[in-house]
Amino acid sequence: MKGTITKQKFQELLKDGMTIMVGGFLANGSPERLIDLVVESEVRNLIVICNDGGFEDRGVGKLIVNRQVRKLIASHIGTNPTVGTLMQDGEMEVELVPQGSLAEKIRAGGAGLGGVLTPTGIETIVEKGKKIIKVQGVKYLLEEPLYADLALIGGAIVDKYGNLRYHQTMRNFNPIMAMASDVVVVEPFRREAVIDPEYVVTPHPLVDYVLEDE
Amino acid sequence: MEDKQIIAKRIALELQDGDLVNLGIGIPTLVPDYLEEGKQILFQSENGVIGMGPLTDEETWLVNAGGNKATILPGGSYIDSLLSFSLIRGGHIDVTVLGALEVDSEGSLASWIVPGKKVPGMGGAMDLVVGAKKVIIAMIHTNKGKPKILKKCVLPLTASHQANLIVTEMAVMKVEADGLHLVEVHPEYTVEDVIKATEAELILDNVVPMKGM
Repeated sequence: MKGTITKQKFQELLKDGMTIMVGGFLANGSPERLIDLVVESEVRNLIVICNDGGFEDRGVGKLIVNRQVRKLIASHIGTNPTVGTLMQDGEMEVELVPQGSLAEKIRAGGAGLGGVLTPTGIETIVEKGKKIIKVQGVKYLLEEPLYADLALIGGAIVDKYGNLRYHQTMRNFNPIMAMASDVVVVEPFRREAVIDPEYVVTPHPLVDYVLEDE
Repeated sequence: MEDKQIIAKRIALELQDGDLVNLGIGIPTLVPDYLEEGKQILFQSENGVIGMGPLTDEETWLVNAGGNKATILPGGSYIDSLLSFSLIRGGHIDVTVLGALEVDSEGSLASWIVPGKKVPGMGGAMDLVVGAKKVIIAMIHTNKGKPKILKKCVLPLTASHQANLIVTEMAVMKVEADGLHLVEVHPEYTVEDVIKATEAELILDNVVPMKGM
């Protein structure tokens, strides 16, 4: 870990056109303060990778409503009507990825793999443009890796070293995304002095910055 | 009993003691209300819970896959999305119950997109139907009289050849290699009613009244 980060320093990391992964599942475990700071920064043309489109007033939905997202890569967009509208008007590109494939694509990015082979999506429109590879007689889709410039992590219990564990279901995509980005910024849900090494989920070398408390 | 309750009650009979089960949103969430007492079913929720308990109004950061506040039962665990979908794709889930817009006689189903109209996305449904050992479709038999159980799905598929059982308020149908078998009919309807409301051809061998009604 490089250390704690102020709101201003965090906003200095933001750039137009960058790819940002945001943890959370229907905003449960999404880092709302970090997202608000991205909204405030007015950076544009972002590619956002998140499980879903959040809600208009929660999670990555706020970035979408503020027209900062050029492309959203997600598994589900039904809870944020603005996503559908922008997609239909051609103002935002949406790439829908099956949830399990999305998790594996991010893992591949963070684990140095060239992708994963999954049976999910075979004989559906998800196949389009993807390689089909037969292994031991079974057809699989090649899902290529995803990697980001920045990951915004929420739902985390953070210790003084920057080790993370997660609170309840806020874990979801957070530990996977913390592996797959150049810069990883964590918004603490709670702090504790030292996490027992047996229970660390995201070890501190993966974490770059922890957002200062308000 | 309302149609949705009939479907949930009938599906509850399909779950076996010790099963690890994933329930989709909508009608499937009603299934636990009808489980026989003493039957131990473990519910998995794809956002990262094994051992999901009932919903709650209490302050919590534990939600189900529909984003509703929920509880966890003793012995339960929290997992990340990778492990969750490894369980799902890897064949560790015994049964998944989910809704569909269309299902056909080959067991293919469509549930995530109506092109040009509604695009909610597939969420975890594609992985669930591909990976779960048994796929049960819970749905109202028709869309206001328009058949949803078709010879061949028209909408873009969620998966091909994956559904095993279709339960509606009218009937229970089993997907077999030779087609769709009508196995149970709700006492309020006749076999002819079901055939009329179904586009797919139904194979009738030993039709009995819907169990549990």
